[in-house]
Amino acid sequence: MIDLEVPKKFVPLVGQANMVAREVLRPISRKYDANEHEYPKELDMLASLIDGLEDGGGSSGAGAAGVSQAEKNGDGGNRNGSNMASVLSIIEMCWGDVGLLLTMPRQGLGNSAIAAVADSEQKERFAGKWAAMAITEPEAGSDSAAIRTTAVLDGDEYVLNGEKIYVTSGERADLVVVWASLDPKQGRAAIKSFVVERSNPGLKLDRLEHKLGIRASDTAAFILDDCRVPKRDLLGSPEIDMKKSFGGAMKTFDNTRPLVAAMALGLSRACLEHTSERLAEAGVEIDYDRPPNSQHAAAAELLELEAELEAARLLTMEAAWMADNSKPNSLHASYAKAKAGRTCVDIALRCIALCGSLGLGEDELLEKWARDAKILDIFEGTQQIQLLIIARQLLGLTSAQLK
Amino acid sequence: MRFGLRALNRLAGLEVVDRAGLRGPAERLLYRSTRNGFRAANAAGRTFASAQGRGDPARQARAKSSGGFDVTPTDEQQMMIEAFGGFAAQKLRKAATDADARCTAPPELLAQSAELGITMLGVPEELGGAVSERSAVTSALISEALAGGDMGLAFAALAPAAVSTALGLWGDAEQQATYLPAFTSEDVPAAALALLEPRALFDPFELATTARREGDGFVVDGLKSMVPRAAEAELFVVAAELEGAGPALLLVEAATEGVLTQPEPAIGLRAAATAQLKLEGVRVGAGALLAEGSPDAYADCVRLGRIAWCALAVGTAQAALDFLIPYVNDRKAFGEPISHRQAVAFNMANIAIELEGMRLATYRAASLADQGKDFSREAALARRLCASHGMKIGSDAVGLLGGHGYVKEYPVERWYRDLRSAGVMEGALLL
Repeated sequence: MIDLEVPKKFVPLVGQANMVAREVLRPISRKYDANEHEYPKELDMLASLIDGLEDGGGSSGAGAAGVSQAEKNGDGGNRNGSNMASVLSIIEMCWGDVGLLLTMPRQGLGNSAIAAVADSEQKERFAGKWAAMAITEPEAGSDSAAIRTTAVLDGDEYVLNGEKIYVTSGERADLVVVWASLDPKQGRAAIKSFVVERSNPGLKLDRLEHKLGIRASDTAAFILDDCRVPKRDLLGSPEIDMKKSFGGAMKTFDNTRPLVAAMALGLSRACLEHTSERLAEAGVEIDYDRPPNSQHAAAAELLELEAELEAARLLTMEAAWMADNSKPNSLHASYAKAKAGRTCVDIALRCIALCGSLGLGEDELLEKWARDAKILDIFEGTQQIQLLIIARQLLGLTSAQLK
Repeated sequence: MRFGLRALNRLAGLEVVDRAGLRGPAERLLYRSTRNGFRAANAAGRTFASAQGRGDPARQARAKSSGGFDVTPTDEQQMMIEAFGGFAAQKLRKAATDADARCTAPPELLAQSAELGITMLGVPEELGGAVSERSAVTSALISEALAGGDMGLAFAALAPAAVSTALGLWGDAEQQATYLPAFTSEDVPAAALALLEPRALFDPFELATTARREGDGFVVDGLKSMVPRAAEAELFVVAAELEGAGPALLLVEAATEGVLTQPEPAIGLRAAATAQLKLEGVRVGAGALLAEGSPDAYADCVRLGRIAWCALAVGTAQAALDFLIPYVNDRKAFGEPISHRQAVAFNMANIAIELEGMRLATYRAASLADQGKDFSREAALARRLCASHGMKIGSDAVGLLGGHGYVKEYPVERWYRDLRSAGVMEGALLL
């Protein structure tokens, strides 16, 4: 039965997450934007709280660790599970602060990869660790099949060599999941992911980036210099299977794209709520029944932005719902990411204009949100990559046909 | 067993029913329509002779939600989507070009769509309706499916349902007893809900049409625009500013003195034979006022109409996308299909993204209405999305076909015109 409201059972979770965002994240939001690379120590306590909630059988927490395709549902009934719970809590947390959410201990993208592809022995071994993800290289961004970092088997160890950039929480994490090729000549199928201890002497921190936004979240560059990794820390199968391997690696993203979309939704809502308040002070409020053309232009614009956010929000919830119900959601995950990513940039930039210099100034958070927003249309697959994924599926084209 | 949703079963074909495992729901619908058949036998003839309703008016029950997020239609809804979708593809699409050119819908098609039970969906069961629960979602799904064939013909077919649904939602016992039997009979009358007025910056909450109290009735004056099938309509629901009480809905029989119509062909929705409706000193009785002039009922009427137009835009935009996919894959330029170029492929991706957003926003607004919650904001958001993105999809569709999009050999230029219209329409439909 069609019902597109927040599931009743998750209403308390949303309330909790919003309270955390309001009481913990918002008050330190400006502080860690101004002090890039400083570790937000306030998050340690918060992370423990989230761990406690998860261990206590509570709904899946604030980060990416808990999401995976649902087990087949026995009774065939409708299911609202961990994907939906994660989307909803991330929306609230990012209403608080995107950068801080990204650097939440033990909630890294690497944790998501481990959850998706690790075997049970590995899952146990890496439990409770904070895992970052290292995919991008100076010469390979969106084209992750072109990565040049190599992994060569030497006895019981793989030896990794190469350079990795844009590793979120790379300095702070306990583990870094590194993508490397067993044989660059064999393309995608030879790409594997390896769990590397942050303390591994072959994993050398090169620098931390200075960024436009999400400055609370550190972004590391690494050199892998004869970095020796035990064989058992390879995730998935060590065989080069032309059919399966890369698909497995990319599958992580079907589950995480809606989460990045959720980040964009939270930030967008923060911008709109803030702007609505400023406009109300200026005497402008939306009347939803009257035609927009008969209202103040600012009200009409706000209505338009709210409508675009509504579309992005429902697309994201739909993608998460599909994952929870074992429906293939690759297409819908990209709908969500593409729509939410571009919408949040549009909303943040236009809200600044509606608020005038109040929007530009550092006394308020709008200018920060506008800087934070842009990354959400880039990482986890840029706008253009999402459109490629969607178009190929929609039109039944291969990556050779639609480049 | 002569009419109603039995026809739905016939059209859907046994194969569909079996394939979808819908034997149970289908039989329940058959049972209901059978009962309706017996009712029709002793229904009054079409003079809208005033009938005494006894006690309280009948109302449909509200659907109960399970409280979970779910995008799946019920089995019953799925069956209707397939049946109405099949009718739209096989009948409406084929008749669309001609109906658009002639500014009229083929009578046999309108009769068939009436047979499908469209006007019975919003009528309470005890008055001969087809379904027990009030469901704007079901009506939205059916509207979307019909528009997949053709928006103009869907509009023509759905127009009388706006009147029967208004009576189901807001009619008192007497109004229901007087008018509803005709809408559950074999010979469903043309009827229209007239809200829009011809002027720039029209606002449905600032009507120029007035209803002045005189004696124990009203005198209605005004001009309405884009009224579907107005020339053949037997009954109108007219929105008018009720003296001292704000906008309200009044029942106006077409045969009343002072009710005039004049064809108003437009850029789109031409198959619905749109016309202006002029009301010159039209006298109606006290019993003509719907919902006792309740401002809430009127506001809901405006909102539900907007969601209905969203549903038509979604169905039409989906038709455009379905048409475009094989076209851009087959059409070659510079030695390869044009779909191999990002400029074309990204345009297609954006159509798919925005269409899905339009659809979900429309369903959400309709489902909130069914749950009895405030849906004014959600209706406004859906309308904003469907008006702007619907129009753009129509425009992009023509653009992707290039010159082929501009000629009448293809349906695409008609979708361009219809999708523009849907974002401007007010009223005339009611979920």
